[in-house]
Amino acid sequence: MRRLLVASLLALSASGAFAAEIPGLPKISTERREQLVRDGFRYDKLPPELRARIDQDETQRLCTEYRNEPPPEVAAHIEKLARDSIVFPQDGNFLGDWKKGEALSLNGYGLRMGDDPKRQVGGNCYACHEMSPTELSYGTLGPSLKAYGKLRDYDREAIKEAYIKIYNPNATVACSTMPRFGTNKILSIDDIRHILAFLFDPESPVNRAE
Amino acid sequence: MRTTLASIAVAAGFITCAWAQSENPVEEYRRLLADPFANPGYLFVDRGEVLWHQKRGPKNASLEQCDLGLGPGVVEGAYARLPRYFPDADRVMDLETRLIWCMVHLQGFDEATIKKTAFSKRGGQSDMEALVAYVAEKSSGMKFEIPLEHPKEKEAYALGEAVFYRRSSYFDFSCSTCHSQDGRRIRLQELGNMTRQQDAARAMTSWPTYRVSHETLRTMQHRMWDCLWQMRMPDLDYGSDLSVALIMWLTKNAEGGELAVPGIKR
Ligand code: HEC
Ligand code: HEC
Repeated sequence: MRRLLVASLLALSASGAFAAEIPGLPKISTERREQLVRDGFRYDKLPPELRARIDQDETQRLCTEYRNEPPPEVAAHIEKLARDSIVFPQDGNFLGDWKKGEALSLNGYGLRMGDDPKRQVGGNCYACHEMSPTELSYGTLGPSLKAYGKLRDYDREAIKEAYIKIYNPNATVACSTMPRFGTNKILSIDDIRHILAFLFDPESPVNRAE
Repeated sequence: MRTTLASIAVAAGFITCAWAQSENPVEEYRRLLADPFANPGYLFVDRGEVLWHQKRGPKNASLEQCDLGLGPGVVEGAYARLPRYFPDADRVMDLETRLIWCMVHLQGFDEATIKKTAFSKRGGQSDMEALVAYVAEKSSGMKFEIPLEHPKEKEAYALGEAVFYRRSSYFDFSCSTCHSQDGRRIRLQELGNMTRQQDAARAMTSWPTYRVSHETLRTMQHRMWDCLWQMRMPDLDYGSDLSVALIMWLTKNAEGGELAVPGIKR
């Protein structure tokens, strides 16, 4: 309840900043908004792969509708959709090569218009997270992941939780800011294993430097 | 020219560093802005002025009768009042869609061709970029004032806001993912919180802008295309109602901000 109250206060202060001061703004229906968006990308002329980038799936639709603050029942539904989408490594092995994981964490290439589809798509974790303390070019949209494995005693449950977070962050935080790397087929299971090694290998710079 | 560009690159680097360290780069930035020799954006302003007065196109006409919202031929202050509703087109237009309108109706140019060539290649030249620079500079020092009187203006604003929060594509990004919190960065790039007047004003009053990394002047339509490209969306249709709605929302939020253009950025 307390959380809900805080969340709704936040939502009010975030969205009401301007709209509240402007009289006579029309309410925009979902249909009207979607029509505008489709027209803005000339949807009718696009191949299916590009149309799919415009069409919203259920999670995107709900998170848009509630501006990322879904009420508890909706949040529970989004979290269930996320959990049901997760595929775990068949051999039960979560850790790959931390050096490959470091490269994937730095790499922001891929899936933009004009990008070469044959090149490796990156995870671009540094866009939002601090990871190795030696890399100073990191963003602040997400929490710091410095010493991530070390702080968790390289615990197997923590590794599994991190796998889930990367595969689909909504499994624990409905409407997370973080992309659904596994569910949305941005990264493969092997890619995620390499990144997990970057976070959890004791030899990884994430855990070694001060 | 070479030394000028090099010194800009250094100065722009200085600005980025200074921001990252939260120092106050305003003095240096103002100096650069005000110095027509330091900001290559002014070359675009000059070329735009020539293009504005030149008789061109199948109808061999200039743009001198183009109505940017303050009456035919009035350029001064027009950019500070855009986007707005235009009865002749029966739609809300930003500067770029209005320039297309005038180039088509007064000069007889082909709309599809204008749209296709609006963004220049690196180091290249586009008539649109030059015209935008010329018109916008004539509002430099003035404050954005967007009254939102016409129902279609109100609708464009509301649509822009609705789209700002819309999530889609591979990364589930919306504009709000990156632009609705204070003081955040993506890698080292500072992200303005466009739901706040202060940040929206800082952004909108500095466009069109000379982008050192693009070696050309870029317009707000280009910035919209660029952010949507980062969001892994298909190419935004230049001048679409979607682009105008986003620009309307951003500009209204920036109301009161004083234009200082052409800007100069990374
Ligand atoms: C667009 C921003 C963004 C990107 C890109 C991103 N994340 Fe996140 N991440 C977040 C946010 C915000 C949170 C906190 C909310 C949550 O837990 O879902 C988070 C949480 C996490 C957590 C849980 C932290 C904790 O509290 O224990 C891990 C682990 C993580 N991210 C790893 C990654 C990895 C690895 C990548 C790249 C493959 C990545 N993230 C890419 C934004 C991002
Ligand atoms: C993945 C992150 C991301 C998303 C999503 C995003 N942007 Fe941006 N935006 C940026 C970055 C990075 C910059 C460049 C900041 C700089 O120049 O330092 C930027 C710049 C801008 C600017 C110019 C700011 C200035 O001061 O020059 C505007 C306006 C803007 N974005 C609006 C939008 C809108 C509208 C959307 C949605 C259609 C959007 N952005 C989506 C990352 C993003």
